[in-house]
Amino acid sequence: MNYKRLTILCGHYGSGKTNIAVNMAYALASQRDHVAVADLDIVNPYFRTKDSQEDFDERGIRLIVSEFASSNVDLPSMPADLYAITDDRSLSVIMDIGGDDRGALALGRLRDAILDEDDYEMYMVVNRYRPLTPDADTTIEVMREIERACGIPFTGIINNSNLGDETDAETVLSSVAYADQVAEKASLPLVLTTVREDLYDSLKEKLSPLLCLHLQAKPI
Amino acid sequence: MADKILMKGNEAIAEAAIVAGCRHYFGYPITPQTEIAAYMAKKMPKIGGVFLQAESEIAAINMVYGVASAGKRVMTSSSSPGVSLKGEGLSYLAGSDLPSLIVNVQRGGPGLGGIQPSQSDYFQSTRGGGHGDYHMIVLAPASVQEMAELTVKGFELADTYRMTSMILADGTMGQMMEPVSLDIEVKPMIDKPWATTGTKMARKHNIVNSLSLVPEELEQLNFARYERYRTIEENETMFEEYLVEDADIVLAAFGIAARVSKNAVDEARKRGIKAGLIRPITLWPFPKAPFMAAAEHAKAFLSVELNMGQMIEDVQLATGCKAPVYLCNRAGGMIPDPKQVLQSIININGGEN
Repeated sequence: MNYKRLTILCGHYGSGKTNIAVNMAYALASQRDHVAVADLDIVNPYFRTKDSQEDFDERGIRLIVSEFASSNVDLPSMPADLYAITDDRSLSVIMDIGGDDRGALALGRLRDAILDEDDYEMYMVVNRYRPLTPDADTTIEVMREIERACGIPFTGIINNSNLGDETDAETVLSSVAYADQVAEKASLPLVLTTVREDLYDSLKEKLSPLLCLHLQAKPI
Repeated sequence: MADKILMKGNEAIAEAAIVAGCRHYFGYPITPQTEIAAYMAKKMPKIGGVFLQAESEIAAINMVYGVASAGKRVMTSSSSPGVSLKGEGLSYLAGSDLPSLIVNVQRGGPGLGGIQPSQSDYFQSTRGGGHGDYHMIVLAPASVQEMAELTVKGFELADTYRMTSMILADGTMGQMMEPVSLDIEVKPMIDKPWATTGTKMARKHNIVNSLSLVPEELEQLNFARYERYRTIEENETMFEEYLVEDADIVLAAFGIAARVSKNAVDEARKRGIKAGLIRPITLWPFPKAPFMAAAEHAKAFLSVELNMGQMIEDVQLATGCKAPVYLCNRAGGMIPDPKQVLQSIININGGEN
């Protein structure tokens, strides 16, 4: 996959943005220097990119995140070094945006700089098996709400359809029609399908491009 | 929609409430249960229901009182500090014999505490929560599927016995995502001839009230309520047993602690220690019978909790001091890991293995 300077991941909350952001950062860090993950989630204090801090440190990935993420302080706050994302053009940044339109509101602060520079992709992460995005129409509705909130148009779709631990190859394959339909109705390319690492081999011949996800550790 | 969907525990509660016919939700946001309110805010307007963000938890619980009086299925949800605020309303609901569903997705306390998971509202929930002699039916789910199923069950029990059902979950259960089937059987609604639905000039008007002016009558109301509680204790107790039959060491745990404990039981068995687990699903009524039965063969009990030791008192009462009851716990938002529980089992067993 070819990465622009900024890769922005948005979507319905619980669609899998954070896990994809972490894995994209690993992939990008193996190709480039100066890779950063920017965590702009103002909605959810749990399951944040910060949970992967040690892995980022090992790989030299910079983490731009509110100091209160994954802490007991439930503050919808922005990182102190937020503007590094747009000001420091030596960085390649994977941006993990909070869920739904409410989460995307924070991204709006950077809209002008992002659109002026015009070196970004903004992907809608979709999961057919989430309750409020079961079909193309409801998914497009969430997409439009996010675009209205942040003022930045999407450029592609990522299909991350999964059923958690019960995901098998068939779960993913039976979501392809849905993902195609979302892409068609949105007039955007389906740029990527993502699968858990144990399913990658059984699906790599059937789906392309396919990103192998190593999931962040979960509690119990 | 697919057969199964991937839901957070909080979302599963919200959707299951809708499946159960609840069309009235009142609440005030608090982590870690805000997804319930967020889900209702999205869904209720589309199905002709009411989502209302109240000005406070106290306002929300009194709105619940109003809808319950009118005989409709109604709910509110909160987390520990917010549930304390609802305490007065819970007592008034009990005193008026009104059915409702309350969700507590617990966080660490006391006070504002933190936003990480906890089970430290066990005393508050199982002993009533507000003032006066009363109980709530307290249901403790241990999976996202159970979050959904017990929500439906909670509404049904509330209507049947005219009382509050509480879903007592914790932050982990609320936030974790698992596949869920919402194909849950819902029993037909029962008649509520006591509800304030308008007399249509065809009957005497109904009064819903928790005030009694005559102490003798108030005593009779309390006696009658406790008769009903006895029926519930006899008929509605729920629990799960895991490898208890021949167990020397019987663990007691509910919710997320039960999931950890099950892993520890499996590990102990691999090491030749006969461990088992009783998982109360109803915390009130507490499942005394399986503990009494286990006390006939168990050498010790181990209560695993995300608090400073609360359910352990019910385990001690239920086992009649026939065997020692130990505690394995974390507090303040921390979760015991299977290794810690296993170590407790090994220590009780004499420190070997």
